[in-house]
Amino acid sequence: MARLMLILGCLLLAVPALAANPYTAKGLKDVFYGEALYEAFQGEWFDAIARLDTELGQHRRLDEPTLDPLNYHLDQAEFGVGDFELGYRMHLRAGRAISAVVEGNFADPVRNEAIYRLARLYFQEGQPADALQALQRMRGTVPEPVRDDVQFLRGEILLASGRFPEAAKAFKDLQKAKNLEGFAGYNLGIALIKERKEQDGRQYLDRAGQILAKTPEAQAIRDKSNLVLGYKLLDENAGEKAKLVLERVRLSGPFSNRALLGAGWSDASRGQYERALVPWSILAEREVTDPAVQEAMLAVPYAYGKLNIYGKAAGLYGRALDSFGKEADKLGASIKSVQDGKFLKALAREEMKLDADWVVKLRTLPDAPETHYLLELMTSHEFQDSLKNYLDLNEMRQKLARWETDLDAFEDIIKQRRGYYQPLLPEIDRAFRQLDSQMRLRMEQRERIRKRLKAMLVEPRPDNLATGEERIARERIAHLEQALAAGGTAPAETRERIARLKGVLLFNISTEYDQRLTDAYKDLHDLNVEVDRLKKQYDSFVRTRQAATQSYQGYDDAIRGQRSRIASAKETVKDLMTRQGAVLEAMAVDELTRRRERLEQFKVTARFAIADSYDRATKAQNEASTLKAPAGTAEKSDKTGKAFDKAADKAADKAADKTADKAADKAADKAKAASGQAPADTAPDSAASKETGVAPKVPVPLMPVNVPLTPVNAPVTKVDNPVAATAQTEKSVGK
Amino acid sequence: MFKVLKVFVLGGVTLFFSMLPAWAEDAPQAQAAPQAQEAPKAQEAPKAQEAPKAQEAAKGQGKGLDEQVQEIKTDVLSIAAELNQLEEKLIYPSDTQLAVFVSVAKGEKFRLDAVKIEVDGKTVAHHLYTHKELEALQKGGVQRIYVGNVRTGEHALKVTSLGKTEGGSDFQKDESFKVAKNVGPKMVGVVLASTGIGSKPITVKDW
Repeated sequence: MARLMLILGCLLLAVPALAANPYTAKGLKDVFYGEALYEAFQGEWFDAIARLDTELGQHRRLDEPTLDPLNYHLDQAEFGVGDFELGYRMHLRAGRAISAVVEGNFADPVRNEAIYRLARLYFQEGQPADALQALQRMRGTVPEPVRDDVQFLRGEILLASGRFPEAAKAFKDLQKAKNLEGFAGYNLGIALIKERKEQDGRQYLDRAGQILAKTPEAQAIRDKSNLVLGYKLLDENAGEKAKLVLERVRLSGPFSNRALLGAGWSDASRGQYERALVPWSILAEREVTDPAVQEAMLAVPYAYGKLNIYGKAAGLYGRALDSFGKEADKLGASIKSVQDGKFLKALAREEMKLDADWVVKLRTLPDAPETHYLLELMTSHEFQDSLKNYLDLNEMRQKLARWETDLDAFEDIIKQRRGYYQPLLPEIDRAFRQLDSQMRLRMEQRERIRKRLKAMLVEPRPDNLATGEERIARERIAHLEQALAAGGTAPAETRERIARLKGVLLFNISTEYDQRLTDAYKDLHDLNVEVDRLKKQYDSFVRTRQAATQSYQGYDDAIRGQRSRIASAKETVKDLMTRQGAVLEAMAVDELTRRRERLEQFKVTARFAIADSYDRATKAQNEASTLKAPAGTAEKSDKTGKAFDKAADKAADKAADKTADKAADKAADKAKAASGQAPADTAPDSAASKETGVAPKVPVPLMPVNVPLTPVNAPVTKVDNPVAATAQTEKSVGK
Repeated sequence: MFKVLKVFVLGGVTLFFSMLPAWAEDAPQAQAAPQAQEAPKAQEAPKAQEAPKAQEAAKGQGKGLDEQVQEIKTDVLSIAAELNQLEEKLIYPSDTQLAVFVSVAKGEKFRLDAVKIEVDGKTVAHHLYTHKELEALQKGGVQRIYVGNVRTGEHALKVTSLGKTEGGSDFQKDESFKVAKNVGPKMVGVVLASTGIGSKPITVKDW
């Protein structure tokens, strides 16, 4: 049942709307944004914020941010970071992030959604006036998915501000909203009652108590409506009506204990104690740490007393007393345990975080009794806030410690890299410089050829494309011609041959020029491929060389800076953890003390009631004896009465210390033996016990659990993180 | 004798109860009132249950403390961001960085139990999924399952997924791909889908 209560709290919260998932509705284009969402969907707010913050920061620094894939998700990312910060309870930053959207140049629907979130944030932080002011800034179209939520929030704010007629109007407009069914009706009922329109208010509570609820949150609000209405009716002595309403509450829901208690009281208020015993007996068997159960443990014998079954009543009072004694001892041990710091250790257990119902599990931890009584406290807003802060601080402490180790590892890596690269690099650099100069030379040559070929396209130069052999031949011909010109003698045939050779040479060079030029271009192109390959290798080497240097240079300052920041943060976290832990311990001790005091009161009551029960039993016994016994046995009767008194007193004393019901049974048996009659608890229908139906001198003081008229927050959306969600449990339905 | 004593005791206890705030109204009234009226009187809500002192104190203290906690969160987040950058620069420089991201195709409801990633025949990641992680993937989140360093050029990537289909039968699928690593970080997205006929259970894309 407690688990249900928590689940309910989780479901009812108005924390980031991740389950509805507007973030990936239009597809994903930026992988880092998707990565941030992956963390956020698991409730890993820290990692989600760190990732998205980095991504947004990089996006803002870009020269052309529109080309960045994140640009596609920018609206959602801006919201997202605010939402994640809310999830991580960084309200100040979340408020700033959302305000930036509100003030920014965004379309009306986007801006209005941001305003809604900002208003919700203000409202959660207890600033209804600011929240209302924010809502009044809405203009244009309100996005469909949040339209009802905006109206519901407006109603909540107005209700919190005491503007009941306006709040009632806001909730009235939402009566047909399917996702708010029950919640709007309940709040409308509360608003009308506060407006002093009692009958109208009850009508809406009654209606909210009869909705066809399928979801856990709708079932819970239906139960809550019935509980509130039922107790209102009980206050006015309308027991019969109250019973009908309270019987609508589910037996396994979070409000079932209080409903069972109230149902019993509605019977008791009409003198129907036998009927009252049915719900109270069920309740008395439940988890003993629940206040309603403890009260039922006194209510059951109270009802038996009213039915004149004093022996049974005494026995049950004794059992209650025994149980209260044990619980009070447990509470005492718990207080000591809390003061010894074990409570904080139990809260910070790693394995607990793996379970969504970890707060409930705390109650059953075998070696952590200090947590058993704190479920109620743990669902309160103040405690949850403090607890989450403490857990966040603990998580940060662990992260900081891990980062310090990471820095050690980084330094080790750098040291090893330096040790490896530093001796190698000078030789590598020397060889590289040599190759580099050769490369440059070849590149220059290639460039010259390219230029010449280009020039030949404009001004053909066949000579430039003559082959080596042709050049040699031309040289030799030129040499022969020079010799002849210098007065050498040669036959005419030889001169003709020289001229013919020269002509052939010229002919070949001139006619093959085009082909040669084409071939030269092909060769240049092939060379370009080789040069490109060379360039790639060159660039790769330069990058690798640069990476080698960068792998160990330039980190010292950064690491030193991080070390100092981590050390400072560690100190702050340690200090804050101590203070936050002290607050939690004080709250826990206060709660445990309050519960122990209450149990002590119950113990006193039970002790007194045992004595009273025996007194009444004796009286009834005496009266019965007087009526039945002949005059000669009066003396015997008196003795029997005294024996019963003695036994009863003894039993009462024993019960105060140990098992009362055993003592009571013993006493009753003794009395039976002495009087020769059946003990009171085994003869509930005897005429004597019915006839002696006098009111107890001191009634059993019972404290019904108060059900104040508090509005509830609607389940705007479901949340994924139960731990984060429980903060609002009390606000939502728990009070 | 005993009876006289009892009367005193009863009187004392009654007086004691009348002094207790919660019972102050109930006890005397109930004594005089008829039986049937006792119960409703007793049910009256106790006067506003006093808020625990520590909780009150916590409210006051908590406000300032809460703001300080928010401040340190901002500081630690900033340290985390810088450390992430430092780590990326130092351990996974962009020239050699290869990152593999896992996502689940939209609308898929199969249960993913584990994913194994092999690069060039070496297992580099083997992840078992929790319920929360699977839900996060199904909602559209993307998990960075592996980040490491490889040379530029072509690399073999093998992805194996294990789980249960929506119908409840076990499945194990693997696919092999070629990944070309150039200068600059390589982001490979692995998209997992159900094993329906005609659909590919594992596909890759560049992010």
